Amino acid sequence: MPSFLPYLYHTLFPPTVRYPDILLIDFGLIMAGIGLLGFMTKTRRWGWLWREWLTTVDHKKIAVMYLIAAIVMLFRGGIDAEMLRAQLALPTTKFMPAAQYDEVFTTHGTIMIFFMAMPFIFALFNAVVPLMIGARDVAFPRINAMSYWLFAFGAILFNISFVIGGSPNAGWTAYPPYTGLAFNPGPGENYYFLALIIAGMGTTMTGVNFLVTTVRMRAPGMTLMRMPMFVWSTMITSALILFAFPPLTVALAMSLFDRLFGSSFFTLTRGGMPMMYVNLFWLFGHPEVYILVIPLFGVFSEVVSTFSKKQLFGYPVMVVSMLAIMFLSYGTWVHHFFTMGAGPAVNAFFGLSTMLIAIPTGVKIFNWIFTMWGGRIQLTVAMLYQLAFIPTFVIGGASGVMLAVVPADYQFHNSYFLIAHFHNVIIGGTLFGLLSGLYYWWPKMFGMKLNERQGKVAFWLFFIGFWITFTPQYLLGLKGMTRRLYTYPIGMGWHELNVISTFGALIMGAAFVALVYNIVWSLLYGEKDLTGDPWNGRTLEWALPSPVPEYNFARIPVVHERDAWWAMKQRGQSLADLKPEDVRDVEMPRNTPIPFLLGASFFVVGFGMTFKFWPIAIMGFVGVILCILFSGFDYEDHHHLKADVIRSTEASLGRLQG
Amino acid sequence: MSLPLAEEQVQKLPLEFADEKESVNITGFWMFLVTDVLVFGSLFSTYAVMRHSYAMGPTADQLFKMGPVMLETLLLLTSSFTIGLGVFAMRKGQTRALMFWLLLTMLLGAGFVTTEIHDFVSFAAIGATWHTSAFLSAFDILVGTHGAHVTFGIFWALTLLLQLRKRGITARTARKIYTFSLYWHFLDIVWIFIFTFVYLNGKIV
Repeated sequence: MPSFLPYLYHTLFPPTVRYPDILLIDFGLIMAGIGLLGFMTKTRRWGWLWREWLTTVDHKKIAVMYLIAAIVMLFRGGIDAEMLRAQLALPTTKFMPAAQYDEVFTTHGTIMIFFMAMPFIFALFNAVVPLMIGARDVAFPRINAMSYWLFAFGAILFNISFVIGGSPNAGWTAYPPYTGLAFNPGPGENYYFLALIIAGMGTTMTGVNFLVTTVRMRAPGMTLMRMPMFVWSTMITSALILFAFPPLTVALAMSLFDRLFGSSFFTLTRGGMPMMYVNLFWLFGHPEVYILVIPLFGVFSEVVSTFSKKQLFGYPVMVVSMLAIMFLSYGTWVHHFFTMGAGPAVNAFFGLSTMLIAIPTGVKIFNWIFTMWGGRIQLTVAMLYQLAFIPTFVIGGASGVMLAVVPADYQFHNSYFLIAHFHNVIIGGTLFGLLSGLYYWWPKMFGMKLNERQGKVAFWLFFIGFWITFTPQYLLGLKGMTRRLYTYPIGMGWHELNVISTFGALIMGAAFVALVYNIVWSLLYGEKDLTGDPWNGRTLEWALPSPVPEYNFARIPVVHERDAWWAMKQRGQSLADLKPEDVRDVEMPRNTPIPFLLGASFFVVGFGMTFKFWPIAIMGFVGVILCILFSGFDYEDHHHLKADVIRSTEASLGRLQG
Repeated sequence: MSLPLAEEQVQKLPLEFADEKESVNITGFWMFLVTDVLVFGSLFSTYAVMRHSYAMGPTADQLFKMGPVMLETLLLLTSSFTIGLGVFAMRKGQTRALMFWLLLTMLLGAGFVTTEIHDFVSFAAIGATWHTSAFLSAFDILVGTHGAHVTFGIFWALTLLLQLRKRGITARTARKIYTFSLYWHFLDIVWIFIFTFVYLNGKIV
């Protein structure tokens, strides 16, 4: 027994998690944790937290939880980015040792993609899709909550890696043989695989849920071609998730088995084939970049038509181009590794299919511009992000086409040119889109506007900071600087550009601070949204009060055309003319602790397997089985909201006649 | 969106489709099956790539014995027929017949899993485990994932049996039986691919 404790100490806290900066963070986390516990107990909020949030199945509350997680992860991933930039601006000082640098670029990429962008997108899906289609909730509210908690516990599992056991360090793509046991014996990569499998299951469930929601739960009269563009983008993204995540899960599971159980899928010995992992990973990974950007195409379409006071230009073409991108995105994965040497025929095919995607994307860009053409444009913060997106994304897309030219790619491959390209599209497309959506739908989610003046400060800092950060990186790539490099001699001619880039990253850091300040200030003093329709919007979510009552629609609306709410307003109609006899009892999903417990059980499984503490893993597994069994036998998963309750709620909002 | 059917047409649908909510559940289950198709697709492609990576270990031809595999095929295909009969009984509202067919399906499934485990143990006895070669890793994970699905299905059927005994055939239990039958047929189809592409193909030298 006495030898057990030192063993435990050395397993959980190896020297790699005992750097001074990490110890400082440990101290900070413990202090913050104690502070939070004290605050919650003092203000007696535990019951409130459990009843209102941890057990909720309401899509609007799940959206808020996704949003909080995404912003926290944006902070974490952003700090990682600042650390990387600091090291590269000071390449000869040992700001970070090589091993720590590897960990930080790995967690930066993984967190930003899987634990920042994805939940942020799901926050927007959850916040508005049921409202836009005139539904009371998503198709499977409990599965929606399970998706959230699987994501959340996956994220927690990934994030504790840097204080317990050590972070993964093989890049966000986790290629073998870097991740093989022979080269990477610590627990870091186990964390990566398990956290991503757990969060990925949640994501797959979200895909199923929103596909069925958009296919089956639409209000009467809302045909496919009357759906708001954001709903279209949700449907297409969900279909992409459905087809993209299983190969990832399989690839991750095989890598994990190689590490934990001695199989030989991707090992260098016994006939294993590391390139098979790379193929499976990008079979997921390329559709993933469209999963990350298509929802934002939807957001931009809503924002541009609302703030130009015009119907979206070329609606059917927008739909067709999104579908084209969806199909093409499955035929391009090899462009991530042209240098594998699959031969000229294969590479030419994938080079061409990649360039082909530029066509539907270009069509969309023109449609957004034509929507603005002749419109009465309001320069709100949401619209500013849309305007910034267009040139940024076009330049990022054009450098993507350059990378698709196979012979040129042999030069660009793994250089900073590539880094600049994908940040150009992911920040310019995804992050700008997410922030545009955040400013646009914030009043609907929280009942007050985000302050526009502060929002504009944050916007300009993001926009300018972005270009100062990434323009030098294109040049660095052309000068031969490769990615994942923690040091270089000063005389290489790279130093000045790196310093400029780091300066830009600091501006983006300031932009994040401005954003958080904007959010906190607006929550405290923001202008209340009393009408429910602060932007003079076009789609059904703006027909409801802000924030939206639990049951969304007291009476399900009937849709006759595109931009249903705009047309209703033109005809002088509204949803606030409810007669008491119109209101009936509504069946609502009942809150349940199962999703939370399921996520927690998976967390225990993940933690146990990471360190090969098998009894703990088995305990977690038993928990998982109990949760599944319980939900199978639970027939009391809904309750009836009485018409009287709805009537009094609607009356207090002034939406009931008589 | 409500079904584009008139009320009297909806009444004629089977129980699990007539109920709006259960019908949405069935759509959801189809979507889940899509993801499962992709899981097996990835495993099949891995097997296709690694099927000759023997690395000093036994080859497919040396390893596979067709006797147990034929038996497994027979058991699983029959079980797919019996669950079909079960759904047929359910449509006629015969709870006891449904429970009988469900039980028989479970037993056939259990026979399949037992034979398969026996087969895998005999491989392990001659040292052919997934430590041996990439071929065996890919084989074990493909066939093993299928076997795990069947095993899960057996336990799922057990819980359904208990629910049927307590509640009889309602819209909700009918939907659960129906989705279970979809799942079971799906595993049957996957097995046919495993039988052809893995076992029969492995015997072609």
